[in-house]
Amino acid sequence: MTDMTREETQSLIEEVLEVYPEKAQKIREAHLTVNDHDVEQSKKCIKSNRKSVPGAMTIRGCAYAGSKGVVWGPIKDMIHISHGPVGCGQYSRAGRRNYYVGTTGVNTFGTMNFTSDFQEKDIVFGGDKKLAKLLQEVETLFPLNKGTTIQSECPIGLIGDDIEAVAKAQNKETGKTIVPVRCEGFRGVSQSLGHHIANDAVRDWALDKRDDDDTWEATDYDVAILGDYNIGGDAWASRILLEEMGLRVVAQWSGDGSISEMELTPKVKLNLLHCYRSMNYISRHMEEKYGIPWMEYNFFGPTKIEESLRKIAEFFDDTIKEGAERVIAKYKSEYQSVIDKYRPRLEGKTVMLYVGGLRPRHVIGAYEDLGMKVVGTGYEFGHNDDYDRTTKEMGNATLIYDDVTGYEFEEFIKRVKPDLIGSGIKEKYIFQKMGIPFRQMHSWDYSGPYHGYDGFAIFARDMDMTLNNPCWTNLTPPWRKETTTEAIAAE
Amino acid sequence: MALRQAAIYGKGGIGKSTTTQNLVAAIAELGKKVMIVGCDPKADSTRLILHSKAQNTIMQMAADAGSVEDLELEDVLKVGYGDIACVESGGPEPGVGCAGRGVITAINFLEEEGAYEEDLDFVFYDVLGDVVCGGFAMPIRENKAQEIYIVCSGEMMAMYAANNIAKGIVKYANSGSVRLAGLICNSRETDREDELIMELARKLGTQMIHFVPRDNLVQRAEIRRMTVIEYDPTAKQANEYRQLAQKIIDNEKFVIPTPITMDELEDLLMEFGIMDEEDESIVGQTATSEGASATA
Repeated sequence: MTDMTREETQSLIEEVLEVYPEKAQKIREAHLTVNDHDVEQSKKCIKSNRKSVPGAMTIRGCAYAGSKGVVWGPIKDMIHISHGPVGCGQYSRAGRRNYYVGTTGVNTFGTMNFTSDFQEKDIVFGGDKKLAKLLQEVETLFPLNKGTTIQSECPIGLIGDDIEAVAKAQNKETGKTIVPVRCEGFRGVSQSLGHHIANDAVRDWALDKRDDDDTWEATDYDVAILGDYNIGGDAWASRILLEEMGLRVVAQWSGDGSISEMELTPKVKLNLLHCYRSMNYISRHMEEKYGIPWMEYNFFGPTKIEESLRKIAEFFDDTIKEGAERVIAKYKSEYQSVIDKYRPRLEGKTVMLYVGGLRPRHVIGAYEDLGMKVVGTGYEFGHNDDYDRTTKEMGNATLIYDDVTGYEFEEFIKRVKPDLIGSGIKEKYIFQKMGIPFRQMHSWDYSGPYHGYDGFAIFARDMDMTLNNPCWTNLTPPWRKETTTEAIAAE
Repeated sequence: MALRQAAIYGKGGIGKSTTTQNLVAAIAELGKKVMIVGCDPKADSTRLILHSKAQNTIMQMAADAGSVEDLELEDVLKVGYGDIACVESGGPEPGVGCAGRGVITAINFLEEEGAYEEDLDFVFYDVLGDVVCGGFAMPIRENKAQEIYIVCSGEMMAMYAANNIAKGIVKYANSGSVRLAGLICNSRETDREDELIMELARKLGTQMIHFVPRDNLVQRAEIRRMTVIEYDPTAKQANEYRQLAQKIIDNEKFVIPTPITMDELEDLLMEFGIMDEEDESIVGQTATSEGASATA
């Protein structure tokens, strides 16, 4: 598919909007735009973080998903209670592939589901007593847990339970960190508010526990990784690069992370922020309270990795700067061979993305390293600061869509005809059935890691095996094929 | 006679539970089979009939048993004076949980268990004063109470509440068969109270079905956890409740109410001298500033 002009893209948007009733059309119009490098601030061309239009299929999650599923859930040595009816916890259990090291059920609990399993009587009489009992049971059954978070499901906010009081009482009893999180699903317009609420809960209930403790020996090279959820091992593939350049990674938030790492983070020299959307709040807080600078980086694809390593090194002395160069040089032949192998197979192919917090912009560079081009992108729950960061990464006149509806996405795909789509499980089978190669870009389609140089090799392999899979040439059944040949023969 | 289901609403503290129980006792006296469903977490809708506060509320029993599915009807249905069947939905203490959900659960339970299928003539729902959420509107939804009586008095807030309840009834009347059946004036001995309530009833499109005068005998009976009907059947006040009972049995005036605006209500109160003409200049003035401007 050749590049679309600004006018073509604009008229595509207009055509797609045509089927909507007037009101929905007006609302949705503001969320779709043609990328324009001349526009300084994205708010001039796109609206985001607004309530979805009723009746239009949205791909968004809820505040509970943002807190339990994203921010808190991966903290491996704490127990995360899905407080409320059983479904929220059970259907989200272990769904995000946040890898971790530990013995599940003994000192780590990542893939387990803990729930207060609310019944009618808990709604009517309140669930505080049950929660208190649950916290005690957790202590008896899993004594090696390092703390508990209480992830509120919708009813908790409706019936006015005082989970803060329960948390305080239990903390008094055991001295362990107990975090009540008010992430009821009905709050906010998407999972985004859940990230914010979870960040605030970290700030209010966990972060400052070791502020007065100077027994821990800090070094000048201490950093923390924020906003890496170690999906398929992403954080591990990132961590080794930082360590090889001479930095000490004190904490991983929150993939394969622990509460003690969290408590030590206020002592680091620099916070490295991968997913800006879900952890910018706590980064800003640590900057304000502890004076810790934070910087965004991008470990997808060698170009961005190289840029990021150098940018990170800028914060430190020459040993680190030299370290960064050493790392880049060390992996050069490795990633070059990946590019040499896959680029010829992927050159010129187009991709459309629709993902969550950072990937709609962060993976663009990795695709470009393989000679591919991202021709459309959008966020489920991004804010305008995300779009500010996206417009520069995307080509001029490409399509940008916020909180895209099922219908819009399908229509865009039909018209733009990308060679590959990167989105989530809900979209996967629709597009595969339309005969378009598809990769899940939330879970890496059960693959990964995709971060770092190690991840890039896997990323490139996965894109190739999806795009160039022989199955796509066999989509036309034999009887159809015959008629085509006959038709041609008849001509 | 087909089962008639009625719900009693009204401002908190107006005397709903007392009026309902005296009324129901009088109906039972006439040989009718009646059930009272208390829809208030305080569970005091049946104490004058049972001579005790109901201990076995549906929600408490359900919580003890594990879930409401584990309950049997006879666990929660108590029989008191005049063979009146009594159930209380029960619910949480103030400040915790969700009392509205308790009412919903309790009423669903009664329906599923067939509590209404016996040879009942009347069911009366005695509902918490403020219809603060959907749960307390449960008794007036489809297939439940079809006639609503509002207990009120000649006090401004009681009338204000009555008008608000009428607004709620309109909502459900349009989607179902619930109707306003009348205002019961439980006298507070304010001036021209009967005329005022009759006028309010007229404006709402309904009737003042009975004027229940104030009588200390009601309190004396209540201290003994009894209705007047049972405590002193010969008393004049007992006859008032009997009249109310007969009027309700004979009642055929069921309407979709026509609630009035705040302005109309204020006009009505001014007409009866309960409220003074509004003086814009005093709005938001404290006592001190009023004193200062008076001396100036």
